[in-house]
Amino acid sequence: MSNNTLYDKLWNSHLVREDEHGTGLLYIDRHLIHEVTSPQAFEGLRMAGRKPWRIDSILAVPDHNVPTTLRSEGIADPVSRIQVETLDKNCADLGITEFLMNDPRQGIVHVIGPEQGATLPGMTVVCGDSHTSTHGAFGALAFGIGTSDVEHVLATQCLIMKKSRNLEIRVDGLLAPGVSAKDVVLAIIGKIGTAGGTGCSIEFTGSAMQGLSMEGRMTVCNMAIEAGARAGMVAVDDTTINYLRDRPYAPSGEMWDRAVTSWQQLHSDPGAVFDNTVTLDAGTLVPQVTWGTSPEMVLPVDGVIPDPDREADAIKQEGIRKALAYMDLQPGTRITDIRPDHVFIGSCTNARIEDLRAAAGAIRGRKVATNIKQALVVPGSGLVKRQAEAEGLDEVFKSAGFEWREPGCSMCLAMNADRLQPGDRCASTSNRNFEGRQGQGGRTHLVSPAMAAVAAVTGHFSDIRKEQD
Amino acid sequence: MEKFDKHTGLVVPLDRHNVDTDAIIPKQFLKSIKRSGFGPNLFDEWRYHDQGEPGMNHALRKKNPDFVLNHPRYEGASILLARHNFGCGSSREHAVWALQDHGIRVLLAPSFADIFFNNCFKNGVLPIVLDEAIIDRLFADVDATDGYQMTVDLPAQQIHLHDGDIVAFEIDPFRKDCHIRGLDHIGLTLEHAAEIRGFEEKHRQTSPWLFDKNI
Repeated sequence: MSNNTLYDKLWNSHLVREDEHGTGLLYIDRHLIHEVTSPQAFEGLRMAGRKPWRIDSILAVPDHNVPTTLRSEGIADPVSRIQVETLDKNCADLGITEFLMNDPRQGIVHVIGPEQGATLPGMTVVCGDSHTSTHGAFGALAFGIGTSDVEHVLATQCLIMKKSRNLEIRVDGLLAPGVSAKDVVLAIIGKIGTAGGTGCSIEFTGSAMQGLSMEGRMTVCNMAIEAGARAGMVAVDDTTINYLRDRPYAPSGEMWDRAVTSWQQLHSDPGAVFDNTVTLDAGTLVPQVTWGTSPEMVLPVDGVIPDPDREADAIKQEGIRKALAYMDLQPGTRITDIRPDHVFIGSCTNARIEDLRAAAGAIRGRKVATNIKQALVVPGSGLVKRQAEAEGLDEVFKSAGFEWREPGCSMCLAMNADRLQPGDRCASTSNRNFEGRQGQGGRTHLVSPAMAAVAAVTGHFSDIRKEQD
Repeated sequence: MEKFDKHTGLVVPLDRHNVDTDAIIPKQFLKSIKRSGFGPNLFDEWRYHDQGEPGMNHALRKKNPDFVLNHPRYEGASILLARHNFGCGSSREHAVWALQDHGIRVLLAPSFADIFFNNCFKNGVLPIVLDEAIIDRLFADVDATDGYQMTVDLPAQQIHLHDGDIVAFEIDPFRKDCHIRGLDHIGLTLEHAAEIRGFEEKHRQTSPWLFDKNI
């Protein structure tokens, strides 16, 4: 009887060769490309006189630098514009399919891959972006790579790598209303730390994970990298298959039936052995809010800011002090007394249709509080935006006082014009609260879409569970 | 890739956990389409008092005298001593390019983030994992000793410390070989091109839907 984990199966089915030290050559099925981490790779390829190995494995899209305001005016920042134009030129020269900035299918690379069916179960998926772990939600092996490896995959369709360890994170039980996939993954990171998954591929298992939609699973896998794991994944089930049916790049007809039969094997065997298993009880989880400058600095919404004097480890103590100083927070402050002045709903973590529904549902008929200087909704793709507009969600946001923008990475990392100013405090549905991440001197609190929306209308962090009563 | 054999250099300590790649090279500098020139913006937000933007004359910017890289005693350092989970966050290889452009050839830490660690080996920068007790001792010794230098001997997998002690370290044999010989990974992989093609053909037969609808 087989006792492979899902990761073992994906690794084994893509291993071209392995040397005596366990260094493998792994075949890559899907290569997603964006404008920031690819120009030097294309340049390297050109300099060496090499050509891409398999053009039809590549899908490109500009997302990090694109403006979220009127697209017809182009990109104002000349440096950003050159980077996007460089991607356009590289793709045109080599015949690579690219969704251009004004294509209705354009969006964040980790939103459009699954949306187009370009991400499929059983695939290896790479992109020069750490949040590529998102695609593991489909029972795929997906991870971020650096630019040298982008060039390596372009030239060889393979990556040189060693097999990682198997980490199971099992979340059983039922999530309370108002507690979302984002809260699950923040709680996991709070528990195992930002290096807890280093050297591992994480499989998220358990009834709570099975109960999540594909959007929710993508949110969890997206932040596997914030727990230090390059790859996060979830086994294939009917939810996966139903999501993919009739997507543009998904197989169809008889090929679909053959694929589904094969995909149904994409789960860990009953006797599979993990190197480590961590368990969480979904029923005890409450909405989460980060307070510091690392995603592991996270608390339940009913928590209070920690006191560094109570931390025994000297380095950690200093880390808490630095984070509190940067965030301008005092020990003992209740999370619900923290008042953001910006709200950002977007990013590859939380800008899919379900996220926008949850956020809109939490604030319908209410108004953004007077202390909020800016509240942004940036849909994950043009198609998400169109769907949200068809459901009238844009009107819910706009009448509340939110700005309704064009799709892109936007204020998650502030490479375009959307950014915090020094001292600004933001309730954000993105994935990183590092110093300066959303703009130099900006302060980020990571939350779920509903929690961000409610913070916008109440003017402070509020327990979404109470708001719903 | 630049060959790495033995390296002797001055050590600069960066005493923080979880130093992320956003801190190593802030996002506004990722707009460059080149591979070089990132050194002046290494740790930009910690190193300067003003907000850095591409194209600025960095020589004219006000430096933060409290940041360790700006201490005169660490000028010209080529070995960075760091703490847990160095290089976490984004996959941006620009972080390694910035360290390299600044003159850093060796990183010492109790642990590194996976993607960053991997990126170092593509650029002739050597990240070395050492026991936390040794790292603690090095932080104390570097602080106590002006001009603390060490020699990293990759072929022997040894570090010769300032006080004459020798510390051994582990490294993956493939990576060690590539580093010492300065090998191009793509060239190495293409030596197996026929094997890759053979695998691809088999893969196409067993999972034809992965090749069914061309993008």
